[in-house]
Amino acid sequence: MKMKRALGAISATALAALWSVPAAAAWTLNLRQGVTELSHDIYNLHMLIFWICVAIAVTVFSVMIYSIATFRKSKGAVSASFSHNTTAEVVWTLIPVMILVAMAIPAARTLVKIEDTSGSELTIKVTGYQWKWQYDYVDEGVSYFSTLAQASNEARQLDSGVDVYRVENYLLDVDNPLVVPVNTKVRVLVTAADVLHAWWVPDFGMKKDAIPGYINELWFKAEKVGTYRGQCAELCGRDHGFMPVVVRVVEQAEYDSWLAGQKAARQAAAAPAAQTAAATTNNETTTVLVANAE
Amino acid sequence: MSASQTHGHAAAHDHHDDHGPAKGILRWLTTTNHKDIGTMYLVFSLVMFFIGGAMALVIRAELFMPGMQLVDPGFFNTMTTVHALIMVFGAVMPATVGLANWMIPLQIGAPDMALPRMNNLSFWLLVAAFSLLILSLFMPGGGPAAGWTLYPPLVLQTGDAFPLAIFAIHLAGASSIMGAINIIVTIMNLRAPGMSLMKMPLFTWTWLITAYLLIAVMPVFAGAVTMLLTDHFFHTTFFAAAGGGDPVLYQHIFWFFGHPEVYIMILPAFGLVSEIIPTFSRKKLFGYDAMVYATASIAFLSFIVWAHHMFTVGMPLAGEMFFMLSTMLIAVPTGVKVFNWTATMWRGSLTFEPPMLFALAFLFLFTIGGFSGLMMAIAPVDFQYHDTYFIVAHFHYVLVPGAVFAIMAGVYYWMPKWTGHMYDVKLANIHFWLSAISVNVLFFPQHFLGLAGMPRRIPDYSTQFADWNMVSSVGAFGFGLSQLLFVYIIIKCARGGARASDNVWEGAYNHGLEWTVPSPAPYHTFEDAPVVK
Repeated sequence: MKMKRALGAISATALAALWSVPAAAAWTLNLRQGVTELSHDIYNLHMLIFWICVAIAVTVFSVMIYSIATFRKSKGAVSASFSHNTTAEVVWTLIPVMILVAMAIPAARTLVKIEDTSGSELTIKVTGYQWKWQYDYVDEGVSYFSTLAQASNEARQLDSGVDVYRVENYLLDVDNPLVVPVNTKVRVLVTAADVLHAWWVPDFGMKKDAIPGYINELWFKAEKVGTYRGQCAELCGRDHGFMPVVVRVVEQAEYDSWLAGQKAARQAAAAPAAQTAAATTNNETTTVLVANAE
Repeated sequence: MSASQTHGHAAAHDHHDDHGPAKGILRWLTTTNHKDIGTMYLVFSLVMFFIGGAMALVIRAELFMPGMQLVDPGFFNTMTTVHALIMVFGAVMPATVGLANWMIPLQIGAPDMALPRMNNLSFWLLVAAFSLLILSLFMPGGGPAAGWTLYPPLVLQTGDAFPLAIFAIHLAGASSIMGAINIIVTIMNLRAPGMSLMKMPLFTWTWLITAYLLIAVMPVFAGAVTMLLTDHFFHTTFFAAAGGGDPVLYQHIFWFFGHPEVYIMILPAFGLVSEIIPTFSRKKLFGYDAMVYATASIAFLSFIVWAHHMFTVGMPLAGEMFFMLSTMLIAVPTGVKVFNWTATMWRGSLTFEPPMLFALAFLFLFTIGGFSGLMMAIAPVDFQYHDTYFIVAHFHYVLVPGAVFAIMAGVYYWMPKWTGHMYDVKLANIHFWLSAISVNVLFFPQHFLGLAGMPRRIPDYSTQFADWNMVSSVGAFGFGLSQLLFVYIIIKCARGGARASDNVWEGAYNHGLEWTVPSPAPYHTFEDAPVVK
């Protein structure tokens, strides 16, 4: 009895440990619920369709298994001669149609919500490069690059000899994460400077392709403070696997002071440097415009 | 059946001017015989299956553990790219073309393919195409590494391999178009008297529809890669935004080809399963007409769903809505097929020889691939699934235990007819069980990886993905090694074994003209057309 209880306690602790440390929950089976309204909607839709598929699978597979088990020649089964049945065929054409309509309605509703970027409170431009991200706080004049963290970068070299299990957030860590305030509708403008990339944070439920010459939009409104990690999701060359996305969602006050710090640092840095940077950006824009005019 | 009588008559006469195959290597270089060409296609496809498979094992070996242990990330990308190109264009498609070459004339009572010299050319073009593609691996700058979809602008960064790969695709495409023309002309003109379209065996039917798909989309793909070529060498900017072009245009053109292309791989598989399940259920195929119409509907829908491969590209809402709904519709005709196969087994008299085992595994596992396909059709959820291992799991489920298992079922079904020998059934059963178990160990965990957030086409991953990757890699090596058994069984069967009867399978007696010719099928068959009642 005692033994049983001890075992129970141990397994309960183990389970609790598995649940509480997301990074250790390695045998994950399902989609993450995420931390935004969209990610919740998407998760629910995913589960709805999953269970519909399970229901269909159970029905269809049981008929198959029953047939395989029952209508065996070795059991003396003699084949019947029928080869069609109009009623059955009409029924199993119409029922799927009805199930599909039932799926399409909530799907369409969520899709409309996803594409509605109106009423955003903060706009950030994300530019993909081989192989890093640039974040532009469009209305704040704050802009910086975000690349794979040094520790991960050293460990991921061929035969580096580093035990990657000892690297914190291996391949999912960056030098400068994106910082956004909690409970704020953030509009992300996604583009790329060289080849295709895709900006993706699973916990926000969204990914969008970053395409040179295009500006794509997505939005999220994180409901929980925390650090959320994702990756480039469109093959972009040799180091495609090594340009993670890290977003820190913080309280509004912390965001404000972080932003003020960024601005101050920018001003403190030599003014001429900033001007050169601005000039370069302008030049790039001009080149593209001229090319288009041609 | 009158067909066998006619054949008996043909065998008694007409043999004074009969000539067998040429001797030595010339036989294979110059042959215009559909059976020889079919055999060459099948052997070629098997060789490619192993080359592409070896590349897959390089991928799975690197992904066995987190951290980079074996290959450079650039070479890893080459492996994923060339693995896909070889498996799609070098293994699965030629295998179904090989089966078509062997079996369509036998199924419709024709003496050969309608355009035998073009048949020879289309095979040897394929050999040239894949020699070039494999050669491209050794070019300065490495092989093609932009993914089998060859998306610009990334693909334009390819080194000297670029023109070789494009030319390889052009040759393979030309070969496919010739093969397709040949199949259509054969089916339209050389059917035996009385063999109306709606009496044709399902394998022939699905290939007729597949051939039309090939003719419709292969030139589109050729156009897309030609534009890549001029963008790279002649300073055009079809796909470069800076020059007024559009990188997304390429994706639309590619997938307008690419979606029908996946049906080009699966429709013949549907045909094979529709032949095999009735034979081993000792019953006629349930709902023949519905099967034909469902195949045609799937082919039609394949032209209007392409952008579901690019939901995250930034389409207008109306576009996303359209492609979501049209894609969901595919579930209806596909469902009809699965239900009809099930109804064929219902109240049948089933036996479980190797072809039936593979067909049944197809039935279950293809359906699982169908379910994940339906999930991905739902655009909002696809924003999560897109470009993750969930997608990898999905398309491998429909291609490996889907198309490849159906092809293996077809080979086990007709091999006694080709060689005149029954293969080692015990070994074939072992091959089946090893394959069926390892393929699930290989691909099922990839669903979990994708849902957990692992992107596809990455050479290394965060430690949270380590466990399922290890399982998947173990499955991969199990599956790869099991296929050596397949080769052994084929070689052993070609060399000898118990004599196969003309009927081969007990249930085959009224399932098509191919069972009315002797085993092995003589070099020339149906020189006088059989009469079908």
